[in-house]
Amino acid sequence: MGKAPLLEMKNIKKDFFGNQVLTDINLTLKEGEVIGLCGENGAGKSTLMKILFGADVIRETGGYGGDIILNGEKVSFQSPFDAIAKGIGMVHQEFSLIPGFTATENILLNRESKKKSVLSDLFSDRMDTLDRKDMDTRAAEAIKKMGVNIDQNMLTSNMPVGHKQFTEIARELSKEQLKLLILDEPTAVLTEKEAEALLESIRGMSKRGIAVIFITHRLGEILSVCDRVITMRDGYVVNESETKDTSIAEITKWMVGRDVEGSDADYVTEDTGVNKKIVMSIRKLWVDMPGETVRNVNLDVREGEILGIGGLAGQGKLGIPNGVMGLYQAGGTVTFDGIDIPLNNPRRCLDSSFAFVSEDRRGVGLLLDESLEWNISFPAMQIQDKFLKKYLGGLIKWRDDAAIKEVTDKYIDELKIKCTSSTQKAKELSGGNQQKVCLAKAFALEPKLLFVSEPTRGIDVGAKALVLDALKKFNKEKGVTIVMVSSELEELRRTCDRIAIVSGGKVSGILPAGEQLEKFGELMLQNC
Amino acid sequence: MSEQTTKNTFQDKVKKVAEEFGLPRLIITGFLVLLLVISPFVGADLPTQISNIINRFSWNGILVLAMVPMVHSGCGLNFGLPLGIISGLLGATLSIELGFTGPVSFFMAALLATPFALVFGSVYGWLLNKIKGGEMMIATYVGFSSVSLMCMMWLLLPYHSPNMVWGMAGKGLRTTISLEGYYTQALAKILQINIGNLSIPTGALLFFALLAFLMWAFLHTKTGTAMTAVGSNPEFARSAGINVNKIRLISVVMSTWLAAIGILVYEQGFGFIQLYMAPFYMALPAVSAILIGGASVNKASIMNVIIGTILFQGIVTMTPTVMNNMIHLDMSEVIRIIVSNGMILYALTRKTEGAK
Amino acid sequence: MSNKNIGDYLRRFSVPIMFVIICAVCAPISGLSPSYLANEIVTRMGRNAFLILSLLIPIMAGMGLNFSMTLGAMAGEIGLILVCDWQIVGIPGMVLAMIISIPISALLGLFCGKVLNMAKGREMITSYIISFFINGIYQLVVLYLMGPVIPIKHSTIKLPRGYGVRNTVSLLSMRQKLDNLIPLSIAGVKIPVATFIIVFILCLVIIWFRKTKLGQDMRAVGQDMEVAKDAGIDVERTRIISMVLSTVFAGIGMIIYLQNMGNIATYSSHSQIGMFCIAALLVGGASVDKASIGNVFLGIILFHTMFIVAPKAGTVITGDSMIGEYFRVFVSYAVITVALIMYETNKRKNKSRASAQLALEQEEEVNG
Repeated sequence: MGKAPLLEMKNIKKDFFGNQVLTDINLTLKEGEVIGLCGENGAGKSTLMKILFGADVIRETGGYGGDIILNGEKVSFQSPFDAIAKGIGMVHQEFSLIPGFTATENILLNRESKKKSVLSDLFSDRMDTLDRKDMDTRAAEAIKKMGVNIDQNMLTSNMPVGHKQFTEIARELSKEQLKLLILDEPTAVLTEKEAEALLESIRGMSKRGIAVIFITHRLGEILSVCDRVITMRDGYVVNESETKDTSIAEITKWMVGRDVEGSDADYVTEDTGVNKKIVMSIRKLWVDMPGETVRNVNLDVREGEILGIGGLAGQGKLGIPNGVMGLYQAGGTVTFDGIDIPLNNPRRCLDSSFAFVSEDRRGVGLLLDESLEWNISFPAMQIQDKFLKKYLGGLIKWRDDAAIKEVTDKYIDELKIKCTSSTQKAKELSGGNQQKVCLAKAFALEPKLLFVSEPTRGIDVGAKALVLDALKKFNKEKGVTIVMVSSELEELRRTCDRIAIVSGGKVSGILPAGEQLEKFGELMLQNC
Repeated sequence: MSEQTTKNTFQDKVKKVAEEFGLPRLIITGFLVLLLVISPFVGADLPTQISNIINRFSWNGILVLAMVPMVHSGCGLNFGLPLGIISGLLGATLSIELGFTGPVSFFMAALLATPFALVFGSVYGWLLNKIKGGEMMIATYVGFSSVSLMCMMWLLLPYHSPNMVWGMAGKGLRTTISLEGYYTQALAKILQINIGNLSIPTGALLFFALLAFLMWAFLHTKTGTAMTAVGSNPEFARSAGINVNKIRLISVVMSTWLAAIGILVYEQGFGFIQLYMAPFYMALPAVSAILIGGASVNKASIMNVIIGTILFQGIVTMTPTVMNNMIHLDMSEVIRIIVSNGMILYALTRKTEGAK
Repeated sequence: MSNKNIGDYLRRFSVPIMFVIICAVCAPISGLSPSYLANEIVTRMGRNAFLILSLLIPIMAGMGLNFSMTLGAMAGEIGLILVCDWQIVGIPGMVLAMIISIPISALLGLFCGKVLNMAKGREMITSYIISFFINGIYQLVVLYLMGPVIPIKHSTIKLPRGYGVRNTVSLLSMRQKLDNLIPLSIAGVKIPVATFIIVFILCLVIIWFRKTKLGQDMRAVGQDMEVAKDAGIDVERTRIISMVLSTVFAGIGMIIYLQNMGNIATYSSHSQIGMFCIAALLVGGASVDKASIGNVFLGIILFHTMFIVAPKAGTVITGDSMIGEYFRVFVSYAVITVALIMYETNKRKNKSRASAQLALEQEEEVNG
């Protein structure tokens, strides 16, 4: 061999405001090599790729530690454009295409072929005219390189989703300097046939000497196309193997496996509640939540339990509470205590004593510009006429600011919300305290059934424990049934009685919280 | 050391107040104060000036107040104010046509304007619910279209009252209709206070105070709270079971009705009904007044209305006299255009705080 | 499928079709002779085409209908006022006025572009308010600064009080000089050949511009600012350039417009021009995010036919000349209102259509 590797990442470290997300990552990549990168959400894959691609967010949050060596030369990209200039290409999960442009125009976006015009000397080269013919040839070449045929004159807005993905890949391939291509879950939106074609084209790229980093949850694809597979967990590389020496089962184990020895957590290991009354049953639920589509969910919730819903991002676990609570278009049937709950109507859900703590704290969960008092009391006031003084026989419902202050102070105390006063604005609190406000808002409704979605996302460790404890306490003392959705399996296992795993928009299985990790892993990857 | 810190905090406080108050507002306030201070020196009579400002406040206050509900519900600034004004004009002309005179005609005008305001407001609100996000531009043009449609209607509708129609043709309403014998000064005369050159239209002020109080009270009720929440974060409100469209509709109807009453109050002060193209640009002064008072595209309070109307009307009334007396140059119209539109521009270009 | 297409077309061209009907009904009633009508329309075509063409570029850059084209119109007026005072007549005067207007327009366009970059997502209302704001500045300049600061000599232009410009400035020395440069008359219809040539050249420039790199960038920015930015296009600068170009063209267009009219109404010529140009463009079948040269010419023919025949027809029907006047003003505003509403609802419809599709697919999957 003797040849220096194309890419070396040495001791890469990254923290977001003291929260370590990557620790000592080492990665080498040879020319034309295809490696698979897998791991649960939050394992650090995306952050690692963002560092490699020079994403702005990395620099804005204080840069990274360690070295990136490309072609034997140490590099530090200031922006994605630097990375592109050095031959790195990346296809993101979200499409970056202009809808009214043809495939050709999108492939060559801002890199069009140009002919000098009279005015270009006078003003700038932006007055050059486009050389359509040359653009067509270049785009055709890139498409040929990819090995998948797409109509290069079709408008992007008319394309099926798979072709959009291929257009993006062709764009990267049309860059002559391209040496390394990062594909972030490219097959998630493709049909089986298209995915197969994509894998074929990855093999083709590899033959041309282009190295590929392939991120996917579909482990079968990794085994079929990659030379090596790297598994990440909690910001560490936990395993690196040649694909020929490994199997799906093994990779799954690495992905979810943790050192459980020595941990003092007590899990609910057995399904003890089989005989309990079923309080809510969901049948044939579909939810149109972008990025979290639910396709066909059947689920029973037992009275008084904490049911966890886990699974990888984008598989639909977030869609379940959002759909049931009427925040996104949904269909199917939901019954609670034997009564049918109409979908797409948040008011009826709240009237039926449901409450919901949204994963989108800032977007849905809070009135950022208003006081804590308003945030905590608002739903209870509107739904249950609490904190109101009634005059003229209920004709005038006057806001009772004293009662509102009282209840707010109670929850500030109970949940240890750090704030200057109950009139502080919600946007001035830290993430953890905002989350507590969201919980208080739901508690104030005194629900029978509480949906909690990603209750610990983006909050620090101390607040995490407080939030989870508060939930457990609420469940025990008030007997409230809780359905908790979280990406963090460990957190679910410590909090819940049972955990349902959602994959491909369906429930792929329900296990007692203390079940072995591998079993959860298998369920997670089942329908991806 | 400790002195240093208190000084610092004092400075910080001043800075914070200035920031909250906003630089343009500070300049405008300073300008008005300057005008008031120099007016006696250039020979303008201060009491007259002040009663002018108070009078114009009483004419315009309610039109500015009409901005509040729609800002609260997140519909933005109501550039469609002319629609409400038209309801008011219909009420006014009908009241006269039906033969009411004196102060009763004011009451009847308000009563007759109400159904129009409710109907127009509902249709307008329904439309604005269809085009969430593009409200302000469409509101502007809904206002314009309705004014120009009514231009035809004023000619065609079968009005007969000789005090309103063109004398020669015997049909078609005049562009300005005198309210002498009808409700001119109907409110202002109630409990009017006259001290030398200072005259205070107590009744009109009380009427404004009544409506402002009702608005304040409404914002303290359950529905009012929901309205503020809808404007602050519609997604939050929806997830709390609020029917966002309904709340927005209510706010639009309220705004339209207030505009209708507002124009009647304006007329009783001014003494004339102005028809045809007159309502055309009436939205802009009201919009800039509330912005000068400290409101933003999605936040407004009663205080903003009061301060804004005083500042805006103060500048409008003071600049011509002071400028004229000082340099014999009437630049007031130009200053008014620049200040009011500059203020709207400032508000539009500021990033809206919070979730959006 | 084809049914749906026909429906789509009907909806897209509903405004032009409506206007064809209005014109077809009103024209015979008005009793105007076809040759008079033809003459009027040809004249108005020459007068307005350049101005309306200036609206195309911001639409391409996704900034919507440029209500602040009045800025350019004001710059053009300032150019003409100065040239008039310097007593430079005829075509040279016009050319000089254009040369003076260009830097003023460019500066105003730059200001406008910068402000609009701070108000992304509400460009139209902002550009609309900008036009009022700059109108204030314009009045300040023309009413107070012209005289003491900017020298104005001639008493035909200056107000008797010694400063400021009169309400009307006569352009007799330039009146229709461009229109009559190459005299041609076909079947009694006078054709302003030179004006048409200039308009034609601008059309060519716009067609060519679409093929340039800058034009391509503008299309990209217009459709998706984020994607364009990710691809390395300088979004803000591109938007500013589009505003500058539009304003400069509007300035030149205003000079052509005024040479045809023969006088400047100093304080009102520009104020309505934006509204009428936008209405004409929309009548031609353009929308807030899509407009072509064809829309411009179709729009002028339909809108101005309506404009000419409506007052006459109104007088014939109701016996009141004002009805028709008000009717055409109403129609102008209504057209813009309808176009804005259609634009906003279409935006929403596209979104909900996508979600309906998804729902259907899932329903099938679940049941099937």
